[in-house]
Amino acid sequence: MSDAKTTLERTPLYQWHRENGGRMVDFAGWSMPVQYSSIIDEHVATRNAAGITDISHMGRLRFEGPGAPVFLAELFTRRVADLKEGQIRYSLVTNDEGGILDDILVGFYHNSYGQPYYVVVVNASNREKIVRWVHEHLPPERANRPGHEIIFTDLTHLWAMFAIQGPRSIELLQPLVDADLAWMRYYRGAQVRILHPAAQRQGGIISRTGYTGEDGFEFSVGAGIAREVWEVLIEMGKPLGLVPTGLGARDTLRLEAGMPLYGHELSEQIDPFKADLGFACHLTGYDFPGRDALLKIEQNPPSQVRVGLEMEGRRAARQGCPVMAGAETIGEITSGTFSPTLKKPIAMAYLHRAYAQVGTVVAVDIRGRIEPARIVPLPFYHRKKKGTAK
Amino acid sequence: MKPEELRYAKSHEWAHLDKQGDELIVTMGISAFAVEQLTDLVHIDLPSPGTKVTAGEPCGEVESVKAVSDLYSPVDGEVVETNESLAGNLAVLSSDPFGEGWMVKIKIMDENQMSGLLSRDEYQEQVVDAESE
Repeated sequence: MSDAKTTLERTPLYQWHRENGGRMVDFAGWSMPVQYSSIIDEHVATRNAAGITDISHMGRLRFEGPGAPVFLAELFTRRVADLKEGQIRYSLVTNDEGGILDDILVGFYHNSYGQPYYVVVVNASNREKIVRWVHEHLPPERANRPGHEIIFTDLTHLWAMFAIQGPRSIELLQPLVDADLAWMRYYRGAQVRILHPAAQRQGGIISRTGYTGEDGFEFSVGAGIAREVWEVLIEMGKPLGLVPTGLGARDTLRLEAGMPLYGHELSEQIDPFKADLGFACHLTGYDFPGRDALLKIEQNPPSQVRVGLEMEGRRAARQGCPVMAGAETIGEITSGTFSPTLKKPIAMAYLHRAYAQVGTVVAVDIRGRIEPARIVPLPFYHRKKKGTAK
Repeated sequence: MKPEELRYAKSHEWAHLDKQGDELIVTMGISAFAVEQLTDLVHIDLPSPGTKVTAGEPCGEVESVKAVSDLYSPVDGEVVETNESLAGNLAVLSSDPFGEGWMVKIKIMDENQMSGLLSRDEYQEQVVDAESE
C-alpha cells in the first residue's frame, strides 16, 4: 500500500460509503465513491426519480466583512456586488493571461445575526490553488483596511454537501426544510432550518443548483450531523426511487447535460471564450486578473470551439483522442463516455471552427483506429420541463 | 466450465484447453472478478477467426461506461472461432462468465503454454491481494 493512498482526505460520509458498497477511488486527493451498484442504474435513477451524491469534497470558501464584495469583484470574472440575498452566480477565476484557474459558484446570504457573507464553491481539484490565489491577493493590509475588512474562511472540512438531483428531489426535500422549494428559482438558495431531530436543531443551506441537467438541489449541512441527515434522506427517499449515486454517474449526467468539467473542458490553457463561457465574463466593470487579456481575446474569434460529438459506432472516444479530417488533426476529445440516456457514445471536443457546424462528420482516432463521429448540438440531453422551476 | 478447472492470466482472462482429435483448442474468457470490477459493460471488440494472437499481447477490448480495457491473449495461436453473440448480449458476461460468456477459441501448437498460467488458487490469491491494496 502506498503512502499516497493513506493520506487521502475523507468526507464525513466516508464510512457510510464503505459500509454501503461504495467503490472508493482517489478523486482530487479525496477518497470518493465512483459507484455503489452500477453507473448506468444510478444515472437512470437520477433522470427518472432522484439520486443523492456526496459532494463534500468540493471546496467551500466563505468571505465576510465590508470589503468582501469589492474584493471578490476584483478576483472573479463576473459581477458580485449586485447579488441579492440567496442569489447564486456561475463565475470564473482567470489568471493574468485569461486562462481559466477554476469555474465556481458564488452565493450571497445573510447569517442569522443579519451579517452578509459570500460562499464560493470551487472544484476539489482546484481548492488549494484557489486558496493560494486568494491569499496572494489578500495581504494583511488589504484584509485589515479600516472600514473595508475582509474575513476569509475555508469551510470545506466544516460542512458537508449533498447533491440531490432528479424530478422527485423536491418531494423528498420539501418536508425536511422550512423554505418553500416550489418557489425557489434556479440558481437561488436559502438558509433553512432542518425539520428533523437528526439535525439536532442545526440549520443548512439549500440551493436549486446542480450538475446533472435535472431539476434538483444542493444541500449543505454541518459535518457533525452529515451522516444523520444523509441517512434520513436515504430512508425517506427510498419510496420515491432515490438511490445513492457516485462520481461515475455524476460525470455521465453532466456530460449528457453538456456541462464543462475542470481538467477536461477547462484548464489554465483555455480561455472563457474558447470554452463558450463568454457569458460569465463581465469585462467593463471591476479590473480582475486576466481582464485586459480577455478584452483582447474577445476581439478575435477563437480558432477552436467546444462541440458535442455522437459516435456512429460503439466505441467511446475518451479524453485525449485526436480528432481528424483526413490526415489533418483538427482538435482533441476532452470528455467521452457511453450515454445511458441516448444509448450510444458521446463526447465533447475542441475543434477547429471550420469543422464545428452541426452535422459535420469527423474522424476520431481511438487508440489507433479511426471511428466516424458527427457534430451534434449541446447539450445532448434536455429534460422535460415542468413545475415552477424557471 | 467449472472455474476451478480453468487456468488464469494475471490480466484476468481464463483459458481452458480442449483436445479435439489432434488439435489443441483453447477457449478464452474473462473472470467473474474482472466482470464485476468493470461493471456497466457497453461494448466488446473480439478478434475475428484467422487472427494470430500472442500470449500477453492485446487481442481485443472490452469497454465499460467508465473506461476501456484491453483483452490479453493467454496463449500464442490463431483464433478459430469468435463468440459473435456476445456483442448483442453483454449481460451474459455477468450471468455466465465461465460458460456462455466465452469470447474466442484459439488453436495452439504447444500445450506446455498452459503451464505458464495461474491455477484457480493462485489467481484467487492475486485477486485478494489486489482488493486489499
